[in-house]
Amino acid sequence: MAKKRRFKGGEIPTSSMADIAFLLLIFFLVTTTIDTDKGLGIVLPPPGDMEIEIRKENILNCLINSQGKVLLDEEPTNVEQIHRIVGQKLRENDKLIISVKAHAKTAYNDYVRVIDQLKMADAKRISIANSN
Amino acid sequence: MKFSRKTQISSEIPTASMPDIIFMLLVFFMVTTVLKEYSGLPVNLPKAKRIEKLKSKRHTVQVWVSKEGLISIDDRLLGVDDVSLVMYDKRVADPQIVVSLKGDEEAEMGLISDIHDNLRKVEALKLNYSSKTLVD
Repeated sequence: MAKKRRFKGGEIPTSSMADIAFLLLIFFLVTTTIDTDKGLGIVLPPPGDMEIEIRKENILNCLINSQGKVLLDEEPTNVEQIHRIVGQKLRENDKLIISVKAHAKTAYNDYVRVIDQLKMADAKRISIANSN
Repeated sequence: MKFSRKTQISSEIPTASMPDIIFMLLVFFMVTTVLKEYSGLPVNLPKAKRIEKLKSKRHTVQVWVSKEGLISIDDRLLGVDDVSLVMYDKRVADPQIVVSLKGDEEAEMGLISDIHDNLRKVEALKLNYSSKTLVD
């Protein structure tokens, strides 16, 4: 006795398609790590030795020695204090240019810490002297 | 008096195009995410508070400086003087390039200063000292 097969239209079920695509989407969202580079931005001066005369009172010298000790305008200063002192000096004189000079053997970390402190004081004019 | 509704509005949300929309989203995310291209050198990045994010990874060149004084760009070890040669090509190809300097905490400033000079020479002036966020 043969059973009669009734033909039910040949359709691919598409209702779960969205779920599959969502799953893929979530997988990619989770697995991609967007590690954007972050750090302290600085703009170097254009090439060529330009000499601009700057009045002495508009320059703040910041020297870093090879041990990471900072001399701010002839005064030994704690690194954590720089942003406070520079902030105060900037309020007194907004034309102040901070000239940072590091010794050739200074650790990069000490230098970055000083630059960070200057950024915290919202210093816009930072001049970086050659270490050599 | 009874009103008979004449128009019959279907109350279903059309879901047929749903997979297409999601596939489009998927493709968008796949295209926009840039995977890590270069492994670089092993460095301990310095820590800082006032950190800025770099806008686009497509316009950045990573320059790695290890504590031994090795310099690497695009997974190639270079001498200090070669930095300007490599950077010149990159700057010509993309004028708005930003250099992300990934220097080790213990790298020496003499070398960093030389890199500054080489970058200035080829007018790659936008520099970013790559650093980690300092938590108090």
